[in-house]
Amino acid sequence: MTTSLRVLDDGAWISVDDHREVRVSELWRLDAPGFCGCDMADLVVENFQEVGVDGARVETRVHGQCIACGETGVTDWLPVGRVRGGEFVEYDRSCVRRTRRE
Amino acid sequence: MPTDVENWKSEVYGNEIREHLFEFAERGFDSIPDDERDAWFERFKWWGLYHQRNGQEGYFMMRIGTPNGVLEPGQLRVVGEIADEYARGPGTNPIFGDAYADFTTRQSIQLHWIELSDVPAIFEKLETNGLSTQQACGDSWRNVVGNPVAGKDGREVIDAWPVIRDLNETFKGNDDHANLPRKWKVSVTGSADGSGQGDINDLAFEPAYKAVDGNGSGSGEGGGSGEDAVGFNVRVGGGLARNEPRFARDIDVWVPPERVSDVAGGLSALFRDHGDREDRYNARIKFLVDEWGPERVRETLQADYVDFELETAGRDVREEYTYNAGEGERNDLVGVHDQKDGRNFVGLNVLVGRMGAADVLELADLAAEYGSGEVRLSQRQNVVVTDVPDEKLDDFLESDLLEHYSPSPSPFMRGSVACTGTEFCSLSIVETKNRQVRFARWLKENAELPDGVEEFHVHLSGCTASCAQPQIADVSLRGMKTRKDGEPVEALDVGLGGGLGEEPGFARWVTQRVPADEVPGAIANLLERFADEREEGESFRAFVARHDDEELDAFVDPEETDYEDPMLHNTKRTWYPYAENDALDDAPPVPADD
Repeated sequence: MTTSLRVLDDGAWISVDDHREVRVSELWRLDAPGFCGCDMADLVVENFQEVGVDGARVETRVHGQCIACGETGVTDWLPVGRVRGGEFVEYDRSCVRRTRRE
Repeated sequence: MPTDVENWKSEVYGNEIREHLFEFAERGFDSIPDDERDAWFERFKWWGLYHQRNGQEGYFMMRIGTPNGVLEPGQLRVVGEIADEYARGPGTNPIFGDAYADFTTRQSIQLHWIELSDVPAIFEKLETNGLSTQQACGDSWRNVVGNPVAGKDGREVIDAWPVIRDLNETFKGNDDHANLPRKWKVSVTGSADGSGQGDINDLAFEPAYKAVDGNGSGSGEGGGSGEDAVGFNVRVGGGLARNEPRFARDIDVWVPPERVSDVAGGLSALFRDHGDREDRYNARIKFLVDEWGPERVRETLQADYVDFELETAGRDVREEYTYNAGEGERNDLVGVHDQKDGRNFVGLNVLVGRMGAADVLELADLAAEYGSGEVRLSQRQNVVVTDVPDEKLDDFLESDLLEHYSPSPSPFMRGSVACTGTEFCSLSIVETKNRQVRFARWLKENAELPDGVEEFHVHLSGCTASCAQPQIADVSLRGMKTRKDGEPVEALDVGLGGGLGEEPGFARWVTQRVPADEVPGAIANLLERFADEREEGESFRAFVARHDDEELDAFVDPEETDYEDPMLHNTKRTWYPYAENDALDDAPPVPADD
């Protein structure tokens, strides 16, 4: 079964199978040493740039700002949820998100 | 590789969307197949319908495009009646109640909580009365803007209204220009005040003189018979969105009024053919102008898109521009002004552009009683009642409604502009309209402008899309978040000193992430410093210009005051931020079909 993933409305949404599942404007905690110098970035999600999959994991690259240090930019790939049995399950929004390690 | 949006557009787009839209309306919202919703919601925008944010499934924002903001006699009443009947939903706004119309920064009208099943009836009523939602959103010619009092303004160089009407008739519904890489915003201004705000549009026509020969064609700077014809200089590639603001670039073209349509069509076609369809973030023509430079834009227009010799730019009147300039008189159109026919136009302040349906209807009646019935919309979210004769002016000014929509408001009410915000918009990071109302009311009671400063513009935009045009205000506020006492709160970045005029400049973002409840105190402190350190007769914009960012950051000085911000902690997932049970899980169901 294929899953349809899209960024829509000027980067406001991640749509999964034509359902608006993840939206901007939230605060995400990131373990993303490449994004800024903070041990844990506190990122305001301003725009989704891209969405993709790594296995069952749905990932996105986000334009945002760390409100702890003020750094702005685009993140590496971050997980937002998983597709299980054809259903999208979003990760708890309070979880720490780690960028993909190659 | 083309984007999904481009693939959907290649399948169905433009006028043909309407037939499908009406079929879905007839069969109900649920008849839109689950796996086609993204595509249809994208397409519906072309007909002015934008699906509202999550938690508001099945409800749409409807945008009515009113060219140049002109509402002919009777049309405002139609808008009021539609708002009253259809723009009601499960959420009630604590300041504005139910059923309201939003006047936008592009001289259009937005209604909320529109149900799909009501769209055919609304379209019929609009179109019977000469109004339309066609291309109000989507990737095509948007509402053409300009000086709303075109044809009447005493400061007019040339009447741009016939030109705008011609563009509207030529390019709305025109299949050759219906599917562009991205939105296409056009401004045509004929007055010497800059009130068309051409600098921030994709394509701008600005009044300019050109020496022409007896056949009406140009003959070079200062050449020909010496007779000056009035036409338009052309600028391309302005826009404010995405932290990538640009002012439109001069492409060294002057065009007579009768050829505006040819040049506009040529540039629209150039954008259609050369704009980026593989990356929507890079699709606006401002990026093509960045890449090509204005010279290549002109050369390509000349070589491939027009069949006559383009004139070089004429003598403009930009040195007279005052609108949104941050200095000089007539930064807006509020107040009583002379028309060139001896009557008056009266600009009324509509705080953050929102007016309840009952007030819309009352204003329509007043316009008919005291003027010609015509009402026009400005790019500062205000309304203008035209054609008021001197003998009726005093009675009009004493109307009860004008206590709320004043022609002589406090500078803080007058200068307030705000976008839609999290109430309905998916992109916004913060609540905006109600917050700006509270800011303006607090500043009116607690802050002072120095003597001689009559206008002060504060624009609040919920995100970097910049729908409230924050970069061209005295104080620019942009939605952000921060933590206060460890808790997430809504915050605003603060920019200073933006404005248009002869030499436009964007605001400088000097202070980041100010908790929203500390913003009014910050503005009051800033104004105190301005009053203390201002040079004789200095404008706020000039004051900002002579200080560096560090100094300005210190002037802003955020502070808690007695201002209360009920949306400060509006950081959880809600379906409607003002609802008593606002959690996303409490969202109302998709509206039942009538």
